[in-house]
Formats: sequence, C-alpha cells, structure tokens
Amino acid sequence: MSLKIVREPINKYMQKIPLGLIHIIPERCKECGYCIDLCPKDVLEVGDERNIKGYRWPRVADGKAAECIACRMCEWICPEFAIFIVEADRREYV
Amino acid sequence: MGQKVVLRERIVDESPRDDLIRRERFPHIWCPGCGLGTVLKCYVEAIAASNIPPDKHVIVSGIGCTGRIAGYVRLDSYHVTHGRPIAFAEGMKIVRPDLEVTVISGDGDLVTIGGNHFIHAVRRNVDINVFLVNNFIYGMTGNQMGSTTPLGAKSSTSPYGCPEPPFNLPLLAAALGAPFVARWTTLHVRQLADAMKRAMNVKGFAFIEIISPCPVGFGSYNDLRDGRDYIKLFLENCIVDHSADLNKVGITLKPGEPIILGNFIDREAPTYHDLELEVFKKAGWLK
Amino acid sequence: MSGELKLLKPGTYFMMGNIACVEAALIAGCEFYAGYPITPSNEIAEHMSRRMPQLGRHFIQMEDEIGSIVAVCGASAAGVKAMTATSGPGFSLMMETIGLAAMLELPCVIVDVQRAGPSTGIPTFVGQGDVMQARWGSHGDYELVVYAPSSVQEFFDLTIEAFNTSEWLRIPVIVLSDEVVGHMYGRLVVPEHDKITIINRKRYTGPKEAYLPYSHESLVPAFVAAGDGYRIHMTGLTHDERGYPSLEIEDSHRLVERLVMKVRKNARSLWKYETFYIDDADVIVVTFGITARSSEEAVRRARSEGLKVGMIKLLTLWPFPEEPIRIASQYARRILVAEINMGQLIHPVREVAECPVAGINYPIGYAPPPEYILDGIRAAV
Repeated sequence: MSLKIVREPINKYMQKIPLGLIHIIPERCKECGYCIDLCPKDVLEVGDERNIKGYRWPRVADGKAAECIACRMCEWICPEFAIFIVEADRREYV
Repeated sequence: MGQKVVLRERIVDESPRDDLIRRERFPHIWCPGCGLGTVLKCYVEAIAASNIPPDKHVIVSGIGCTGRIAGYVRLDSYHVTHGRPIAFAEGMKIVRPDLEVTVISGDGDLVTIGGNHFIHAVRRNVDINVFLVNNFIYGMTGNQMGSTTPLGAKSSTSPYGCPEPPFNLPLLAAALGAPFVARWTTLHVRQLADAMKRAMNVKGFAFIEIISPCPVGFGSYNDLRDGRDYIKLFLENCIVDHSADLNKVGITLKPGEPIILGNFIDREAPTYHDLELEVFKKAGWLK
Repeated sequence: MSGELKLLKPGTYFMMGNIACVEAALIAGCEFYAGYPITPSNEIAEHMSRRMPQLGRHFIQMEDEIGSIVAVCGASAAGVKAMTATSGPGFSLMMETIGLAAMLELPCVIVDVQRAGPSTGIPTFVGQGDVMQARWGSHGDYELVVYAPSSVQEFFDLTIEAFNTSEWLRIPVIVLSDEVVGHMYGRLVVPEHDKITIINRKRYTGPKEAYLPYSHESLVPAFVAAGDGYRIHMTGLTHDERGYPSLEIEDSHRLVERLVMKVRKNARSLWKYETFYIDDADVIVVTFGITARSSEEAVRRARSEGLKVGMIKLLTLWPFPEEPIRIASQYARRILVAEINMGQLIHPVREVAECPVAGINYPIGYAPPPEYILDGIRAAV
C-alpha cells in the first residue's frame, strides 16, 4: 500500500529529480512502519537491529538508496522525529 | 566532480527540528502508531513556516494523551487541568495579544469535559488556535467512549457499541461563527501543516479537527489494531472537499461512508480583541 | 493615545465593601478580572466591568466559575496580576483550579463573598461556612493564605494584602469575605498611593541556560512569563526543577514540601489579628468576619456588666495564627469561637488552645445580633 501517483506532468523528463539522503535516529524509532509503508518508491524496509526499547528501526533496502526522491513523506509522517531527509545533488552520488 | 559514495541510511542522533522540540524528553510517551507525534511534527513545521518568532508562540494543552503535547514542544508551554486549556489560553491571549496562543488537546478534553469553554471561546472569537486531536476515545484512562465516539463503536465503557451519536465538530465550530474551520488526518501531513500555518495567521478563533490513529486504544476495540489499518482507512475513505456541506461531515467510520476533509471555512469576523478596543474607547481609555 | 490612570484618589469615602475591594485591586495593580455572576459577589464584577476598561485593563465575564479561575491562571502565567470573585457554589467549582494555581505557583487572588449554604442555600443571606473549604478545598497537599475582612476598610486593606502575598509567595490567596461585609456601606480611608506597599513577583532575568523554573534553591522560585523567551514548561503533573513531569518520589517530596513550607515558614509574618481587652480576660471570644462586629459589641456590653471578657479578631484564617491563640489560652479560663456556621474555625482553635474551647454557633443566615453572642458569653462565665 503506497500513495498512488495519479497524474504525470508533461515536462516530466525535463525535471531534475532530487536525491534524498536518509538520516535515521534509531533510539527514537517505535517501529510503527509508517515510513516504510508510505514511501512512494519503497526505499525503506524493516531493519534487523533493535534499539534499547526493542524496536527495529528502518533501513534502506538493498540498492534502493538512489531511488529516494526527497519527497519527505517519511520525515513528515514519522511520529517520533526519528527520520529525516537531506536533499543532495544527484550528480554527486549516482 | 565529487567522488561517488555508496548510498545508505545515515545514523545520527538529532533531527533538524530539534530546536523546536524538547529533545531531552524523547522518545515521547505515545504508543507506536499513535498520530500525536505526527501532529507535533506538523505543528513545529507550521511554527517554522509561520513568520512569527518561536518566542512569541505559546502552546496550552489539557489532560489526556494529547495533553502531553505541550511538554514536548520547546516553546512556552502550559499543561493545565482537564478540559480547561481554552479558558487558560483566553486569559493569556487577552492580556498579551502579541502572543500566538495555540491550544492542542484531545476530543475528550476540549469538547466533552471542556465543551462549555469551547463553545464560548468560539462565540467570543478570541484570537487563539484550537487544534483538536480526535482519536474517538479517551486513550490515557483506558479507552472509554466520549462525545466523539461514533455511534456503535466499541470501547471499554461501551461494550455493546456506543449508544450515543457523536459531535459533528466542524459543523459545531462553524455554527458558532468560527472564522477558520478545517479537518485533516495525520496522513494529510502537508495539508495539515498548511492549515495550521493558515490558522496562526487567521484573525480570530481558528479550529482544526485532526483525525488521529489510536491503534492501541480505539483500534483494539474496533478492528484497527495497527497504525497501518488507520492509514488504509484514511487512504480509502477520505475525501477532500473544501466546500462540503458541513451538515454532512459527521464521522460514522462505517464502510463506504467517507471522512470528509478540507479547509471548510476561512472568513473574517471581528475578534474579541477588536471589540475590547471599542470598549476601551467608550470607557475613555483610548481616543 | 491612552487615558490617565484613574485610581481611587486618597481621601475618606463612604463605600460598599464589594466596591472597596475592586478599588483596592486596581490600586494593587490587578490587570485582569474574570468572573461569573453570583450573588452576593456581583457588585465586584459589575464595578470591575466599569472600571477596568477605564484603565485599559481587562474584564471578561466567563461562561462559568471554572473558566473564570482558569482564565485568571492564564493571565497570571502571562505575567499580570489577576483576580476573580465568587460565592459558595462558584467557589466549589473553582477548587480544582486553585490546586492548579498552587501547583504551577501562579499568583492570583480569589474573593469569596460567603453566603448561607450548603448548596444553593440562601444566596442573599450571610454565612461563614467556607472556612474549611478555603483551606482544604482542593485535593492533595498545598498551602495557601486566607484573609477575612470584617469591615469595608479591612476588605480594602486585605485585598491589597492578598495581591502582595500572592505575588510574594507565588500562591493563590483567598479573601474570605461575607455577604454582610460585601454589601455594607462603611467608612473607607484611602491613604496616599505612595504610602501603600505594592509587591510584584520576583522575575528572573538571568541566562536562559541556567534557568530552572521550579528551582528548590529558594522557597519561592523566580518567575518568567509567557513570551519572555525562556520557553518554559508548566504542568499540573508533579514536576522536577525544570518543570518537566516526573515520576521520581524524590521530586515529589521536594516539590510538595516546598509548596507547603513556603507558607509555613512565613506563617508568622502572614498572621494578622487584633485583640480587644484580653489582658485580664477570663473568657476570650475568637472570631472573624462580620461575626467580629457583633462580638465586639457583645464584649463591650459584657465588660459594662463587669464580666472579664476579651476578644481576638482573626484577619488571617490560614495559615492559622496558632501562637496568639495558644498564648491567650494560657491565661484565659475558656475560649469561645463565634462563627456563622455549625463549628469550623473552632477546630484549629481547639487544636492549639490549652483551655476548654466552646463554640457560639449561629447557623441562620443573618449576622448574629450582639445579644446572641452575649448570651453565649454569660453562659460561659
């Protein structure tokens, strides 16, 4: 279940797609799963490691990091202030 | 060119919004999947975007899960008695009109025990913002029904289904003359933050009802046991209609019956402050 | 742009008690009044609604007494002096929030113009049945100060005193008036304003990082208001020195102890009382409020009959003036406590007195006539 993209801009191919660098604060996570479920690019998945309260914080799924488009849905929806995005220049990384 | 770096998540210990939250108190007390953290996030984003310095923002909250929100915002913050944050905010705003006073509290707090203060504050049009987080239940005390629990919904004090019809809050606020009335869910984060920012700039009483998940409380009684169940509910049932007929925006949570969202009302009306200045003139204090 | 500060000028007046209370509050610097109509306190709200806007100050009629006292707390948290006035039923509604004011340490003044109870009672008749409620009405451990005027002049003086005490100790202070004192017209002498002591709460102005809103360093922590830039947190939950909720027993002990001790340790300077003919008295009448007026006349008549009777009029009811009562009881044979109720103030008197204590109780909603008190005195002698 993810947010559906319902329309496509006609100048889509002229647009620079931003890259988001995903930052996580593991000790704040409570594993509600919102960031994972609501990512339109399915970048995130449940991690293996547990924090002090026993919750598994999210991690970037294998090979998915470059797909983050910095929409910040995960950052906005996270009730814990545990994840945020820093926008970067895609050319420097990919 | 910059060197290519292997991309993965970066582990850090503070977020860019930590200047507006009491980070030493995190993680907060709310359950996994609770929407209150998201409300908090939207509120601090709205503050950051509001063009009002944070030192001029004040938050007042009452009792209950939502009542704890004041304790997590790095602002002048007041956590008062059950049902009374609006009256507290009124006293504060009247003597300090330069402060941007926001009440964030729960449905039980603001419109059940505190319903009287709510209706009169709207009627007076005191220039405060009231963000009511509606999770349909009294969470902190153990999931009792309240005045917003949908008809038929189960709770620890309505085991046979809630026998009372709930409030239609946007209709109530609009009928009392509120200049700004909106409803969003915690899924509609950007719309919610925009509405909050607008509310801060509206002159007069600004009201936003925020529908929020309570998977551990309300959800456990009503088949919404996971935050994701709520997200599904919101994605499938929410309709945005800014010009909705407010008589028809009551929430039933029945399958096929929508939850209608939007910025329903945005109008001008003389505020309590404006009218008090008239009194000051008649009394001879102002020319 | 703004008008002159039209405070009641120095001079001698013939004025109603409730109105004298308002004028005193204005001189004390009260900038916010919230109230709800209730007999017999209405003249306070009515006069406030006329006078506050003349001074650019704020009057609001709230939807109930709960809203009134909460709005008063909100205004106090914003840094201004604030008050409300009410009577029995409204006073009961305010109790929870009086506890909040004590917990948040928000200075405020509550005037209770007592009427005959219980419940709705007789709204237009006098009573003194709120003595214990004023002290113990809200749940949990806290202390506050209660003053009881017996004349228009005392109503004026004690209202100013109430503001001063609340600002000094950061506590709610109650002026426990009654219907007769509220409605009586009497002589009022207003001194030169610069001779009137006005106390304002101690404000913190130091560095932000070092500020602890509920520091235990002194009994009364320095105050900051909303908008001062300190981004403080105040909560009715048990809190630590930072103001954050705490589940630590240690924090609870220190907080509750400080809330109580700031009144107890200053009790001596809070006690106000007057004595009449007690030097050689065998029987001493202890009383307060309007009953003190009847008692004074009764004591005078008893003296003219040759009875060795004296009187102590308490202006401070709480913290209870233990010492003067105890000392008096060491010389007297008997103490009589005169009050318009079935026996309330008699309990703390009995607790400290070293001689037998009896009550002269007048449960009907009038001020007791001097004969009634005199009969009680004669019976005791």
